[in-house]
Amino acid sequence: MRVRVLVRPKQGILDPQGEAVRSALPALGFEGVRSVRVGRLIELELESDAEVEAMCRRLLANPTTEEYEWEVVG
Amino acid sequence: MRVGVVIFPGSNCDRDAMWAVERAGAEPVELWHADADLKGADAVILPGGFSYGDYLRPGAIARFARVMGPLERFAREGGPVLGICNGFQVLCEAHLLPGALLQNRGLRFVCRRVRVRVERADTPWTAACEMGEELTLPVAHNEGNYFADPATLARLEEEGRVVLRYLENPNGSASDIAGVCSEDRNVVGMMPHPERASDPLLGSEDGLGILCSVLAGVRA
Repeated sequence: MRVRVLVRPKQGILDPQGEAVRSALPALGFEGVRSVRVGRLIELELESDAEVEAMCRRLLANPTTEEYEWEVVG
Repeated sequence: MRVGVVIFPGSNCDRDAMWAVERAGAEPVELWHADADLKGADAVILPGGFSYGDYLRPGAIARFARVMGPLERFAREGGPVLGICNGFQVLCEAHLLPGALLQNRGLRFVCRRVRVRVERADTPWTAACEMGEELTLPVAHNEGNYFADPATLARLEEEGRVVLRYLENPNGSASDIAGVCSEDRNVVGMMPHPERASDPLLGSEDGLGILCSVLAGVRA
């Protein structure tokens, strides 16, 4: 089974990477982008998704600064 | 006195730290990340570098290295532990220190000397410094922007756990925080590199006080 984990900086946490992308978009003529958050996509292939939640909490995300969500994709 | 220096795959300030420890008058002890004990070290330094390639997040993988088990016990029993730069990131990931280090606000790797103020001289790593003393120390990091939620920041201030504060904030750290300590004060993390300021040849000896502090304050 494949599981896709999405890790993002929590709302309210400065995301300098997202900010840099946001300010680059209008330079290319893409107007109207109010905010950009850059996160990380982690794909796992495993037998069961029973422990994915624990993996996210313990290693894949830092709950102090990041939020995560995950889904089974196949 | 034996001061252990942990070497993770990707550590690159380990030799500098060992050299500076020796210069401070202690015996440096190499601790390998896969070691099962601390080889009788009286104090331990987690040096700077890029443990495990900084993959995922700086310090995230190092935090589960085998040596971290005995190190966490040592720290919780009051043993003096200093995390420098990547070492600070590892200590935060290991929850031995609160907060986290985010990417620098300016998006750039910062590599220069900064002025910091010693806010607390009552930790084993600052005992040889004066309260309020100003030091010039090098920083070299991409993720040095200290973050903690407002309640944690308030608690750190209230409990006097901000150990070093930038006089010129290079990375956007909350409350200009350059270093913090644990509740018991024995675990200290800082982004500046005292080992890179431990000889006049390096342009400054201001970091030597930090490394010498632990010699006086070692537990019986």
